[in-house]
Amino acid sequence: MATKKAAEKSNVSKDELLKYYRDMLLIRRFEEKAGQLYGMGLIGGFCHLYIGQEAVVVGLEAATKAGDKRITSYRDHGHMLACGMDARGVMAELTGREGGYSKGKGGSMHMFSKEKHFYGGHGIVAAQVPLGAGLAFSDWYKGNDNVTFAYFGDGAANQGQVYETYNMAELWGLPVIFVIENNQYAMGTSVKRSTKSTTLFGRGTAYGIPGEQVDGMDVLAVKEAAEKAVAHCRAGKGPYILEMMTYRYRGHSMSDPAKYRTREEVEKIKSEKDCIEHVRDLLTQSGLASEEELKAIDKDIKEIVNDSAEFAKTSPEPDLTELWTDIYA
Amino acid sequence: MATEILMPALSPTMEEGTLAKWLVKEGAVVKSGQIIAEIETDKATMEFEAVDEGTVGKLLVAEGTAGVKVNTPIAVLVEEGESVSDAPKAAAVAAPAPVAAPVAAVAATPAAAAPVAVVSKASADWAAGTPMKTMTVREALREAMAEEMRGNANVFLMGEEVGEYQGAYKISQGLLDEFGPKRVIDTPITEIGFAGIGVGAAWGGLNPIVEFMTFNFAMQAIDHIINSAAKTLYMSGGQMNCPIVFRGPNGAAARVAAQHSQDYTAWYAAIPGLKVVMPYSASDAKGLLKSAIRDPNPVVFLENEILYGQSFEVPDLPDFTIPFGKARIWREGTDVTIVSFGIGMKHALEAADQLAKDGISAEVIDLRTIRPLDYDTVLASVMKTNRCVTVEEGFPVGSIGNHLSAVIMERAFDYLDAPVINCTGKDVPMPYAANLEKFALITAAEVVAAVKSVCYR
Ligand SMILES: Cc1ncc(C[n+]2csc(CCOP(=O)(O)OP(=O)(O)O)c2C)c(N)n1
Ligand SMILES: [Mg+2]
Repeated sequence: MATKKAAEKSNVSKDELLKYYRDMLLIRRFEEKAGQLYGMGLIGGFCHLYIGQEAVVVGLEAATKAGDKRITSYRDHGHMLACGMDARGVMAELTGREGGYSKGKGGSMHMFSKEKHFYGGHGIVAAQVPLGAGLAFSDWYKGNDNVTFAYFGDGAANQGQVYETYNMAELWGLPVIFVIENNQYAMGTSVKRSTKSTTLFGRGTAYGIPGEQVDGMDVLAVKEAAEKAVAHCRAGKGPYILEMMTYRYRGHSMSDPAKYRTREEVEKIKSEKDCIEHVRDLLTQSGLASEEELKAIDKDIKEIVNDSAEFAKTSPEPDLTELWTDIYA
Repeated sequence: MATEILMPALSPTMEEGTLAKWLVKEGAVVKSGQIIAEIETDKATMEFEAVDEGTVGKLLVAEGTAGVKVNTPIAVLVEEGESVSDAPKAAAVAAPAPVAAPVAAVAATPAAAAPVAVVSKASADWAAGTPMKTMTVREALREAMAEEMRGNANVFLMGEEVGEYQGAYKISQGLLDEFGPKRVIDTPITEIGFAGIGVGAAWGGLNPIVEFMTFNFAMQAIDHIINSAAKTLYMSGGQMNCPIVFRGPNGAAARVAAQHSQDYTAWYAAIPGLKVVMPYSASDAKGLLKSAIRDPNPVVFLENEILYGQSFEVPDLPDFTIPFGKARIWREGTDVTIVSFGIGMKHALEAADQLAKDGISAEVIDLRTIRPLDYDTVLASVMKTNRCVTVEEGFPVGSIGNHLSAVIMERAFDYLDAPVINCTGKDVPMPYAANLEKFALITAAEVVAAVKSVCYR
């Protein structure tokens, strides 16, 4: 596993670290706010928070260039914020309002931005894996050097369509990076209770796809691995698998009491591995940033999040005529 | 400033809950993120975290209180030096007011007709004087599985989160404890895989119950349900039957959008070789699920998440079953026949009550099994009332109502005084927004309007 130490040795600038800090904090605060709005009844249905996993998407996005694509599951708010989608539009989709990315028709699990090359937000476990390979196929077909990131969970990794996709992606050399966000649980089922083949990236070997396991709580390790995978894809060498070892702090969705793990287990990871605290420590202990600088970022983020919540509360509900639109192109 | 802590919504279908336990006392200092209470929702006991920091000024709702509505103030947080009275009164940010769904244009009722009595019909499924008990649909389904598993060692349950998690919707709660992990099997998320394994096991002489977390995910497995389970008896010249039950919630829940809200009744009903069941009441859930488990054929058993928590009277008998192919008449009436099934029955019965006030006597029939379908009961009723409205949640094209309309036209054309109207969900993917979702779903008001239209009122 690419370790923290390796990452710490790499040359990281203050600006880069500050950007990671900011981007991860935005996701965390945004998700906390979403949890609150859910409790107030302003967000309905399923709402899957990304809290704890922020380093994965922020580290991967650091290795992207314009034109690269991404696609993920229902646990998608972090991915949207990290690829530059607007917090207001995401939050307003959560509240089902006209100002949301899908005009309120998709909700938490189904948002898209063609402009930012974010292809959703998918509710059927693992469906995004072949869809992601298809997006990569379109770039391969056109002959450009764009890469697609297809994110999926440890639970999704057991679906058959993942392996059908691996086979074709390697066969045709598609520029797709399969990012397994191994947060150790699929709803209430731990990885160990769902498979005897628990080293998930290793399953690519059967299809000839290289891969590696990465400390997904360490944004620098994530970014380093991402750069390697991206270089492999852009060079036309076909797909790559990154298994991100990470952890979700909250329940699977808002209605999951999470009785399948101990409070101690969660607390231990929070106190020892938290991705945001890690970057904060790197910044302060090396003297790269002062407490004041970081506080200013905290304040800034709080404002962005509060503004998005305000927008999401006040944006009107979609007009009833919207029921009948967007069914056919 | 003092802030009120409001009763949170902690599940998609939660409207109220029980404040099971306070984990803080008045005067305690709480941090943001600290767990301050345990709240029982319609599905589970949840930990409730404080959002803001402060001192607990007052606990407004005592622990153990049931039926606390979402957004009711349950405690007051104060800052240092403040008193409870500083709290703003009911600063609850309410969810947007629901927008009433417009009803199909129908001529407004002129002068009010004299109301008619609602005639509830006693169930023919049990004898008068049978001891009854009240239970939820959820409990009824659980009892049906437990009883059949006790009675037949070849019955086993398989699906995602059915064991250790006690069921995503708590239908299988307690079954792992009673029957152990060989008979209550947690699967990985691999629907086509475990559906196929279930079919093979049924061919091998077992009686699997395959739970889909919801029927939306059975789309991954539909090939085995149709191509393997439903057709093999025929293709084997009658040698290989497949005694399996595929069950789980079907149809819209609440605010879970297009990929998680679809009624598949008409899809499965189209397939020869399958039996298709959709209970409304708890007694039907229990009696029909027991029959499904005993049936030598593949049965698609469509439940409904919104009905899981609803209570009904169920006969308190050691072995209560309901045969397939028998509709139930819930209300007797003379002016119109309303045919429905599953959650559609809720709207049908509500509509019948409203119509009675307007002087229209509606007969309400619950199909209960969609395949085989009890045509005789429907036709006999239509021949009596001369009018029919069908009610279902699914899409309008190729609906069960479409099929019934065709059968009624073929076999009772001369008895009809008006065209049959099919009330269905709207012809759109399910939207997420609260107002649009309401508009997309079938309502009792739409059923009332359709009945008035066929009654030329
Ligand atoms: C095909 C399918 N089966 C089941 C579900 C219900 N479901 C939603 S999320 C989930 C767990 C997925 O876990 P994982 O892939 O590890 O992703 P995570 O939630 O941890 O991000 C399940 C079973 C679904 N949405 N789709
Ligand atoms: Mg997971």
